[in-house]
Amino acid sequence: MTSNIVLSEVEYNVVGKRHIRPDGVDKVTGRAQYGADVQLTGLLQGRVLRSPHAHARVISIDTSAAEAHPGVFAVVTAADLPFASLTRDDLGGDYQRLKFASNHVMASDKVLFKGHPVAAVAAESQHVAEEAINLIKVDYEVIPPSMTVRQAMEPDASLLHDDLFTSELGQLSDKPSNVASHMAFEAGDIDEGIKQADVVLEREFETASVHQGYIEPHNSTAFWNTDGQLNIWTSTQGPFVVRTNVADILRHPVSRVKVTPMEIGGGFGGKITAYLEPIAALLSKKSARPVKLLMSRTEVFEASGPAPGTWMKVKLGATSEGKITAADIFLAFEAGAYPGSPVMQGAACALACYDVPNARINGYDVVVNKPKTAAYRAPGSPQAAFAVESVIDEICEQLGVDPVEFRLRNASREGVRRVEGPVFRRIGLVECLEAARNHDHYKMPLNGPNQGRGIAAGFWFNRGFQSAVNISVNPDGTVNLIEGSVDIGGSRASIAQQAAETLGIAYEDVKPTVVDTDSIGYTMVTGGSRTTFATGWAAIEAAEDVKMQMVERAAKIWDTPVEDVEYADGALSHKSDPELRMTFRELARQLLGTGGGITGASNVDPTGEGNGFGVHLVDVEVDPDTGKVTILRYTAVQDAGKAIHPSYVEGQMQGGVVQGIGWALNEEYFFNDQGQMMNSSFLDYRMPTALDLPMIDTVIVEVANPGHPYGVRGVGEVPIVPPLPAIGCAISHAIGNRINRLPANPGAVLEAMG
Amino acid sequence: MEAVEYTTPKTVSEAVQAMASKGDRARALAGGTDLLVQLRGGRRSADLVVDVKDIPELNEISYSSSGGLTIGAAAPCYRIYQDAAVAANYPGLVDSASLIGSIQIQGRASLGGNLCNSAPSADAIPAMIALGAVANIAGPNGTRQVAVEDFCTGPGRNVLEPGEILVSINMPAPQASSGANYLRFIPRNEMDIAVAGVGSSVVLDGSGQNFVSGRISLASVAPTPVFCEAAGASLAGKPVSDEAIEEAARLAMEDAKPITDMRGTIRQRVHLVGVLTRRTLNNAIQRARGE
Repeated sequence: MTSNIVLSEVEYNVVGKRHIRPDGVDKVTGRAQYGADVQLTGLLQGRVLRSPHAHARVISIDTSAAEAHPGVFAVVTAADLPFASLTRDDLGGDYQRLKFASNHVMASDKVLFKGHPVAAVAAESQHVAEEAINLIKVDYEVIPPSMTVRQAMEPDASLLHDDLFTSELGQLSDKPSNVASHMAFEAGDIDEGIKQADVVLEREFETASVHQGYIEPHNSTAFWNTDGQLNIWTSTQGPFVVRTNVADILRHPVSRVKVTPMEIGGGFGGKITAYLEPIAALLSKKSARPVKLLMSRTEVFEASGPAPGTWMKVKLGATSEGKITAADIFLAFEAGAYPGSPVMQGAACALACYDVPNARINGYDVVVNKPKTAAYRAPGSPQAAFAVESVIDEICEQLGVDPVEFRLRNASREGVRRVEGPVFRRIGLVECLEAARNHDHYKMPLNGPNQGRGIAAGFWFNRGFQSAVNISVNPDGTVNLIEGSVDIGGSRASIAQQAAETLGIAYEDVKPTVVDTDSIGYTMVTGGSRTTFATGWAAIEAAEDVKMQMVERAAKIWDTPVEDVEYADGALSHKSDPELRMTFRELARQLLGTGGGITGASNVDPTGEGNGFGVHLVDVEVDPDTGKVTILRYTAVQDAGKAIHPSYVEGQMQGGVVQGIGWALNEEYFFNDQGQMMNSSFLDYRMPTALDLPMIDTVIVEVANPGHPYGVRGVGEVPIVPPLPAIGCAISHAIGNRINRLPANPGAVLEAMG
Repeated sequence: MEAVEYTTPKTVSEAVQAMASKGDRARALAGGTDLLVQLRGGRRSADLVVDVKDIPELNEISYSSSGGLTIGAAAPCYRIYQDAAVAANYPGLVDSASLIGSIQIQGRASLGGNLCNSAPSADAIPAMIALGAVANIAGPNGTRQVAVEDFCTGPGRNVLEPGEILVSINMPAPQASSGANYLRFIPRNEMDIAVAGVGSSVVLDGSGQNFVSGRISLASVAPTPVFCEAAGASLAGKPVSDEAIEEAARLAMEDAKPITDMRGTIRQRVHLVGVLTRRTLNNAIQRARGE
């Protein structure tokens, strides 16, 4: 009964086919090299001492016993970071930014979350390093923590930073505050829109802090050579971002920092920030030996970046015909210890699925005593969708309008202006809604008591940003493709496919390699659903560059003007002389003897990213005695523009759904009243297991993105947006009461049942 | 994890000797699914780890209709639930052994280890209590027997004295028209700790319509596994009915003294004790009737 459907309109030779991934064999045989596998001569093992308190002043740190411990080679604290010896005069307007960045890596005057690094040790073994950090004495003065946005926004709240002022429309507040910024979007006339409405609903929502839950913990190995060259091997989505962060925090020239991305065991947005790299580098500098740092799972939970917990209010008005007239939205997102929650993105995504004439969105970025939040798959959008889609679902119930029909009446389409300004180009939300309505799942009625069905739509911008690709032609007609995009979800294959398609050669003739930051041009993170789009674009441009040079070479060999030579279907031919024809391979064989090899190169920053939409259907059953929710059936529909590799698109869709199910049902940072996380293991931080999930059906809709040669839209993030509201609404229908707080774990559902 | 000494005795007396040599700084290791995690996580420390897996008595699984079932303290779950005599006579015990951890964990974890770890949430202990199990203990002063319901004394604490090890667990042969069942409630479907768990056993009369006796035990709702003597006793002599089951569930809920923590609230846990007592009693009755 389960199925994966691809609704294609355009067919290509290589693009759109399910090729074998180049990294597959190494990964399934365990040979792939991850960060923890890095071995170097003289390698030391490091360990980080972390704060046991959520909020405290650091009175003193005594490292003398650790330094004297046999087998210890170096001990570092925040005093070893360049920031410690820089002043406001040195840094000017950059002072607070660098202070936050440095203190995040290692706390100086205050610890702001449990797990905040305060010192680190490099030793001959893990055991010695562990003994040594236990010898470091830190004197703390504990301060009450501010753990939620509601607490932190109170006028008398415990302040994390005495020099953080609220940034509001370009102005700074008079008094320091935990509210780092207040932003607002407005369109139309909200009061008029509410007046036009026949039904107005106002609801309040909360979601908990959740973690990306990648299987591979953070790791970093650094070697600071005596000549100042700093080499770093790490698990990251963005080696160039790590290079920038490390150079910034350590005040070191970018050219002297080389970051080698190892294979990555998941990231989902959480492996962009540099956590361990600057510490490993400092330990290496002090010990003159390479140093490896590994996080435990507890450290990953406590000290890397979760997605923010939120507090949201949505007021929505609609006519009895089911047309939205107004939306008034309040979003307060936890930033964690330092400013920078994705509330701006949440605000921009909140209403993106709909053409809302009158709207107002207020967003607040609020610091709390939790680890600094990081990106997590469509950052900000799932929470905002939970609030908005849940209210739409309730309006549909009240009006007696079919929820897909309601969404079709209000759906964003080409030409609609979003609340924050941009106008949509060709998008595929309507097609997704229609595909959902036509799906067997939607037509099949529920078949038992305590069951409910939920439907929700979701949006993510998808990003462009910078990518670089080099393609060198080998004498046997194969090519080496060099890229800077770390391969998380099959991008070696999807980038190679676009190069092969453009060159008119076989997929197997393209060998893609991900290289270090010295070996390719600037490439932004693998994230933002940008890689297949933007690095794919770079591959296409590099391939076009190869084609141009191949044409020039053929013209040279044939002693004919370049204009006479044509490149098509992987072969070069003379436009008027049918005798003159060479395949790509035949010309490749002659290159070295006719002027040297050919390398095509590109550096791109494409702006034609295609916005992404998805529509999800889910059926649940609730145990009326225990409140436990079983997912009976799940169907995800999404516009991929063009699925370069359909299997990996389906994998992204299913993976996003799985993480969304976890977020909706059981995942949650659970803190005690001192702000200490109590469930920092996969035992009690409950991500779904294989036994908790049905097979997830997918439908790939292909509405070509006009901004990409093959019509690609990003696909990685959209699928985590609809599950929160879809599941919340399904449970609401099953139990007859609304679910307005996530996770909807059994205890919460039991309470909601009354 | 700190360095520890490790030894593999081949007999019970060697094991006792080794344990006694380090007093409370020695820990017995069977499957290691609790101990190794605790040592690595710094939640327990030890100077000596005594691996008891090489001792024949601790690997025994034997059944006779007169002597009942003997399970060596180190016998892993998979051997218990794959044993034909256990499967035929103690389905209530199989319920526990087959839901502890995961398939991989069950390849190592033992019921003896589950008992000695003495977690309030232990999945095997309520089933053993419901089945009237007795723990056989060996120590420097010889052997002794302790009813499983009297074994645990607090979270992670039990009656074992320094130098003592658990050798085996005995369960009487099942009576005619008897049945048992263990259920736990977890938010997921595997790899989880019970929010609440209930083990129930019943003996019915020849007609299958009346309770002769019953035993009920709870997990995760007190500092130790709870033996609900009154709840089980309330069934004796009553006709099998929703009212009798409801009364037993009510009494079991009275015995539940849970706390609120990250795994559940007091209210939820007490409620779940009622739900699971009803469900396990109904399942035990079906098994007693051979349905």
